[in-house]
Amino acid sequence: MNFMAILKVAGRSLFRNRIRSLLTMLGIIIGVAAVIVTVSIGAGARVSVQQQISGLGSNLLIIVPGSVTQGGARTGFGGASTLTPDDGLALAKEPHVAAVSPQVNVRAQVISGGNNWQTQVSGVSPSYTFIRAWSLSSGSFFTDTDIAASTKVAVLGQTVVNNLFPDGSSPLGKTILIRNVPFTVIGVLVARGQSAAGQDQDDTVLIPFSSALQRLTGATTVGTLLVSADVSENIALVQTEATSLLERRHRIAANQPDDFNVRNLQDIANAASATATVMEYLLAGVAAVSLVVGGIGIMNIMLVSVTERTREIGLRIAVGARGMTILMQFLIEAVLLSAVGGLIGIAFGGLGSIAVAAVSQWPLLVPPEAMALAFAVSALTGIFFGYYPASKAARMNPIEALRFE
Amino acid sequence: MPVVRVEGLTKIYDLGEQKVLALDHIDLSLMPGEFVAVMGPSGSGKSTLMHLVGLLDRPTEGRYFFEGRDIVELSSDELADIRSRRLGFVFQSYNLLARTNAIENVELPMIYAGVPDAERRKRALEALDAVNLTHVAHHHPNQLSGGQQQRVAIARSLVNNPSLILADEPTGALDTKSSQDVMQLFRELNEQRGITIFLVTHEPDVAANAKRIVTFRDGHILSDVPVEKAVVS
Repeated sequence: MNFMAILKVAGRSLFRNRIRSLLTMLGIIIGVAAVIVTVSIGAGARVSVQQQISGLGSNLLIIVPGSVTQGGARTGFGGASTLTPDDGLALAKEPHVAAVSPQVNVRAQVISGGNNWQTQVSGVSPSYTFIRAWSLSSGSFFTDTDIAASTKVAVLGQTVVNNLFPDGSSPLGKTILIRNVPFTVIGVLVARGQSAAGQDQDDTVLIPFSSALQRLTGATTVGTLLVSADVSENIALVQTEATSLLERRHRIAANQPDDFNVRNLQDIANAASATATVMEYLLAGVAAVSLVVGGIGIMNIMLVSVTERTREIGLRIAVGARGMTILMQFLIEAVLLSAVGGLIGIAFGGLGSIAVAAVSQWPLLVPPEAMALAFAVSALTGIFFGYYPASKAARMNPIEALRFE
Repeated sequence: MPVVRVEGLTKIYDLGEQKVLALDHIDLSLMPGEFVAVMGPSGSGKSTLMHLVGLLDRPTEGRYFFEGRDIVELSSDELADIRSRRLGFVFQSYNLLARTNAIENVELPMIYAGVPDAERRKRALEALDAVNLTHVAHHHPNQLSGGQQQRVAIARSLVNNPSLILADEPTGALDTKSSQDVMQLFRELNEQRGITIFLVTHEPDVAANAKRIVTFRDGHILSDVPVEKAVVS
């Protein structure tokens, strides 16, 4: 008796009990679907985090001022005003530093003709576009000449363009007022969407940092220094260099706390990835448990089925089925249940992943290896949990089986 | 060569505390074309003999030659193959597969004999025709009368052209009319196809259809006579 014939016999007897077969498969379906959705959530979240981190800038370090104590109350980081554009220039001369840009942030009302909009105005240097890996959709960015001359030029984010020029006209060459200071629009940034924190990154206006200091804040210190390392392997090195350089420049003794803080975005990215990994393991563990439960479900039903079909098994043996054939028949029934359940689970898992990706706006990622693995595991579950009931069927005494009521 | 030849066939059931001697040194031969009815009260050993002759069980002692082959030397797979190709079984309770139509029930032994799909269907229809059930070929057992179900079972038993059909109380669950039809069918199979039939029953008028009646009591053969001279008690 060949394999195809046994497969047909097994398939037919499952089909005869299709409701029960479906219910038996449910455990595996849920288990596999959970695995697929889990893996795709994990992969999607990881890629999304990576995208957002790399969207912040290439090999980026962020230096913020330290805290100050005012009347006993300590401010958080950034409370002190200790970083200057000259710190930035000094940092730019360090080896392995690709670019430095100060960043002076001001929230301001911006006016163009009859429209106005409150947005974040950032004073930065021309290397900002490189550091943030952000390009222009039209116009040009300001240059070092504009920094030196504190020119009143501005580059707008897409959200600002939409709100100040709702008629769709080109903002290039137009004059806008920032805190009543006129600036000429020379460029528009490409739209970038939300940041990791859910902020609209396009809701911004970029101007030369020197202009921001002179014309908007009137201060000499900057809020942040953005530093880009040349390659990602050197981020930690640049972090150490920047720390020691700033300690020297700020004359901070070895036993004193720094008045600044160097943040390494890679650390944040790694932490986020590590969190995603832990979550993935956790969810995968839950999914694995549900697969085992599904397998036990199959074993239960197969045992019930073997008992219920005792006479049938006795008859099959009497009309010439070998023990091995009976074993194969029931084993194949179990594997069919688990494998078909696995396939249905993969289909549902795929749909679930699409739904999750649509809701979370993460990229849709269902790794094919995960699908193959889930299928293989579910089929193996069938073999593992189907073997005992099948061997029980194969070892039946036909005389007793035929007498069974 | 006899289809079945047993010598000193003994079967002892070991029930733990006690041993039951079901068959005690039986000698018996069935020649090709014979129609033998085995009678006797319950516990006389007739069912045990049927199971041993049907290769569903092995004797404790003694020898059994099926078509000249010593079955003691055969593996259980070889016994399964003999059951599949040389034997047909008919049971009191029909033992048809539920939710499976008549043709598929008749096809069952051919699946295990490795008969290809198309030939299986053809031979199943022929067998159903032989028992006059072509018109219910696609009916499920629960749509058939007891007599029809038993005839499907007989079709199943003869579909692999066996040399021996073993029938265990085949009329036990049937009314008189159906019983007569079934026994008529056995007689035809025996006379027209020359199939040896080995029938276990405790109904004298059923046994009267056979050509030879063997009576059992307490694991021994009490009498073994041609049917004309049988003392029907």
